Amino acid sequence: MATFPTTVPVDVEPITGRGGAAPPSRRSDGGDGNGGPFDYGSAAFELRLRRARLGMIVAISAIAMIFVSFTSAYVVRQGLPTIDPRTGTLVHDWLPVRLPPLLLLNTLVLLVSSVTMELSRRQIAREAAGTVAASAQHANRSQISWLALTIALGLAFLGAQLVAWRELAATGFYLATSPSSSFVYLLTGMHGIHLLGAVFVLLFAGAAAIVGKPIATRVVILDVTGWYWHFMAILWVYVFCLMKFAR
Amino acid sequence: MGLVLLIVIWLITFISSYFFLAKTWWLPVGASAAAAGIDHHFSTTYILMGTVFIAAQVALGLFAWKFRERSAAARYSHGNNKLEIIWTLLTAILFIGLNLASGSIWASERFRPAVSNATQVEVTGMQFAWYFRYPGPDGKFGATKPELIDPSSGSESAVGLDTTDPASKDDVVTGTMYVPVNREVEVVLRAHDVIHSFFIPQMRFKQDAVPGLAIHMHFTPIAVGDYELTCAELCGLGHYKMNGMLKVVSQEDYDKWLAAREAEKQ
Amino acid sequence: MATRDFTAHESHAHAAPQGFIRKYVFSLDHKVIGLQYYFLALTAVFVGMFLSLLMRIHLIWPTASIPLLGEIKPETYLTLLTMHGTIMVFFVLTTAPQGGFGNYFLPIQIGAADMAFPVLNMLSFWVTLLGYLVMLSAFFVAGGAPLHGWTGYPPLSAVPSAGPGEGLGADLWVTSIALFCIGALMSALNFITTTLDMRAKGMTLMRMPLTCWAWFVTAILGLLAFGVLFSAGILLLLDRNAGTSFYVPLVVVNGQMVGHKGGSPLLWQHLFWFFGHPEVYIAILPAMGLCSQLLSVFSRKPIFGYKAMVYAILAIGLLGFMVWGHHMFMSGMSPYTAFAFSIMTMAIGVPSAIKTFNWLGTLWGGRIRFASPMLFAIGFVSLFVSGGISGPFLAQPVLDIPLHDTAFVTGHFHLIMGVASIFGIFAATYYWFPKMFGRMMNERLAQAHFWLTFIGTYCIFMPMHYAGMAGQPRRYSQFTTLHYLEKLIPLNEFITFAAFVTIAAQFIFVFNLFWSMKAGKKAADNPWEATTLEWITATPPPHDNFGGQTPVVYNGPYEYSVPGAPKDYVMQTDPSIVAAAH
Repeated sequence: MATFPTTVPVDVEPITGRGGAAPPSRRSDGGDGNGGPFDYGSAAFELRLRRARLGMIVAISAIAMIFVSFTSAYVVRQGLPTIDPRTGTLVHDWLPVRLPPLLLLNTLVLLVSSVTMELSRRQIAREAAGTVAASAQHANRSQISWLALTIALGLAFLGAQLVAWRELAATGFYLATSPSSSFVYLLTGMHGIHLLGAVFVLLFAGAAAIVGKPIATRVVILDVTGWYWHFMAILWVYVFCLMKFAR
Repeated sequence: MGLVLLIVIWLITFISSYFFLAKTWWLPVGASAAAAGIDHHFSTTYILMGTVFIAAQVALGLFAWKFRERSAAARYSHGNNKLEIIWTLLTAILFIGLNLASGSIWASERFRPAVSNATQVEVTGMQFAWYFRYPGPDGKFGATKPELIDPSSGSESAVGLDTTDPASKDDVVTGTMYVPVNREVEVVLRAHDVIHSFFIPQMRFKQDAVPGLAIHMHFTPIAVGDYELTCAELCGLGHYKMNGMLKVVSQEDYDKWLAAREAEKQ
Repeated sequence: MATRDFTAHESHAHAAPQGFIRKYVFSLDHKVIGLQYYFLALTAVFVGMFLSLLMRIHLIWPTASIPLLGEIKPETYLTLLTMHGTIMVFFVLTTAPQGGFGNYFLPIQIGAADMAFPVLNMLSFWVTLLGYLVMLSAFFVAGGAPLHGWTGYPPLSAVPSAGPGEGLGADLWVTSIALFCIGALMSALNFITTTLDMRAKGMTLMRMPLTCWAWFVTAILGLLAFGVLFSAGILLLLDRNAGTSFYVPLVVVNGQMVGHKGGSPLLWQHLFWFFGHPEVYIAILPAMGLCSQLLSVFSRKPIFGYKAMVYAILAIGLLGFMVWGHHMFMSGMSPYTAFAFSIMTMAIGVPSAIKTFNWLGTLWGGRIRFASPMLFAIGFVSLFVSGGISGPFLAQPVLDIPLHDTAFVTGHFHLIMGVASIFGIFAATYYWFPKMFGRMMNERLAQAHFWLTFIGTYCIFMPMHYAGMAGQPRRYSQFTTLHYLEKLIPLNEFITFAAFVTIAAQFIFVFNLFWSMKAGKKAADNPWEATTLEWITATPPPHDNFGGQTPVVYNGPYEYSVPGAPKDYVMQTDPSIVAAAH
């Protein structure tokens, strides 16, 4: 007997599945709006935003654990003596790596991009508030200026990381040269891959704006990706400090 | 059905308990100084945990039968906080108590290094054999070099002994471990290739041999005899046959044996 | 307990997907995804069982020749062992209870229309399936599958020349596990968000069925643990292929120096077991949650001590992260650290004991119905007690000295993971089959399956404790080289015989499963007269679970035999009886 002694009849407003164009990652993406739109500012929108943010916090915890494990590996490996075959005694083989100065510059780039990311988040929120009043659903180009700048800075960061790797190799530190260099490549590489994923999502958000996807969906995407982006910046600062000061 | 459950659960419980109580298959006879303490604590644990095991299974079988569907309604109760507290405390006391008791045995074995006049043996594990090195009259182990390791030539080459080191001249390397009885043995465990584990069941001795580490352990054999030893950490296809023999002999016989090995080297 | 405004759409009322591909292949429906996970686990368990059968045959007939496979060499035995463990732990025990039944029933039991992120859910299944295929592919590449055990300790797992199968096979093994980690993290994200954010009105956390609590805490464990395994795997791949030395010190394999230096094999062990211990709780918690559920339903009694059960699940989850070193007592770790880990390990025995007492307390004063789900639930309690009792032996470092890496350990973890957890999967199948497929499974066959499996698995795994105490090491491909093992051969023969019978009995289950889908007796919507939300849906549930409506919850999940109620069960959505607050 399937009975509902009391239920709440709900408005038939479809909430569809998530957009599929983004790469499979641990982040939660906003919807792609291929069902009907839901209004920005409505309770349904608030619910969706809250859920997406919760998902993002959870995802960030998982990614944080990856870097926690790398940190513990870093600390353990750094302190570990090894037997030098030539003398039969225990030596430390850590060999601190001289980090390319470019990395410091890159840190600034990423921090600035965090600011522009925040600005693009507010930009779209203003745009959305405006569309509620004017019931216009479509963005016009200038509304994604901060977004475009953030994408550019993100790509610049990643490009500069590759250049930094070349510089590091030029000084003789390759991936397997010493444990310290292994960690430099590992940490910067893993961070870079995660940031690249975020860049793809931002590109998708930009494309969504251009094609005229519903504003509410785009707000959710940009909101949670903003949090993720800030996390990437904080994570980078952490990684950088680890490599620079825990030598 | 409740009755069948009771019978089967009780039978399983009593049959398995029987084999524990009868010690049909049991820990091998201990032959080291630490064995008595370990075995005593093992017995304590198994009596206490065995009692819990039997009580829980008996209760499970009993309840399955006793509370089978019949006319009386089930008792509507969400639990009993007092009972929860009582059995939580009792369990905690049991477990922590056992742990502290075993902790003191662990401390007495492992928190101290070997005594200064212990018999020194370096035990090296490699795929798939154990080699034993004695420092000889100078009391020092000679240097070994990884480049010199050649397992196919056995003994000194297998451990990579650097014969140019003067301390190596009197090192004896064998495939069988000899130690004198009633004297502490200090074992220095090494491994060349992968992780192995040096396991002598009757000495209640087990320790992983890890490449890159030289692990110091000790035990004291208290009975003369031959004791099988084996590898207890998966090390490759020959893991099952990485066995050896520990021969515990009188101090006299040990000295004779060692002298004979030294003589062979000349 | 503030409840949110549910008037806005929590419903999922778009049209259900059409077409075979959208309905059954690339479905976003958590129920379909749950079944996909379940059938993945079903194929995996038969692969795993077949591997273990070959192992048992080889142990007592080392020179026997298997049709089509020939003689099993020692390295092949170790490959069977490695892949058996890996497939069973990941693709069965971490897949069926959580990805299978959790996916299917968590949203329904909390009154939601789907998981929070359906596309992510779908992706998590396909990533897991890809991982499974990569794992199986290791058998077919040059060198074959690896032989380093499911625990994969380097240097054995990091140096290709250390053994057959440690080349490409080992790379595929690590890759498969990395993929599995990604799928598991995605899934955990979904479970956590769904539980926290999508409960129906009135479904407070303390009114959730214990199955939901178990899935929730399991997901948290997974979220925090799989990232660590992933990192460990990345480091291993780098050591294997990029010349780094995270794990490998200077080693000489077969007289050849292999070019690493300075790494620490113990680093892998720490990272692996930091994951590995929560992993075994991931494998058992859903079964514990279900056991609580079933004991209550089939005793017609509330679960004894709901709050204590919730706290016990939380305690097990939390403490589960603090005990990993008990796998490493003999590893060369500091003895002081070992002592600290052993205290924590004994501590985690306490919440497990509380749960066992509460299960017994649930049976006490009950009115037990011996349907097949209940048989497996009772069996679960017995097996959990048996497997759990050997834990305190291993938790004490001094007793671990004779017992570590012996068959005692194998007996211990098989009783808990390999049997009790599997009983949870069986119980879940027999219990929820009517809801998923609209038909009942055959009770006679179910009972035969139960008795043969219950007795059979005890016959397989209890004797391993004796063998272990007598000093039989683990992971030996044969017992022909040590004299002291000779007297244990009859015991091993008995185990193999029991394994034959028990494995054969599983075909009864499989037959019952598929036959009942077609020809089982038609099931009512609530055949077990249970109170939780899945039993108010249609059978099978429609695409959005509740037919366009959202349930409102008034009661806890275990209101059975409420005095004064017209029936001996009160649905969670029934406002007419005010149940005692708890």
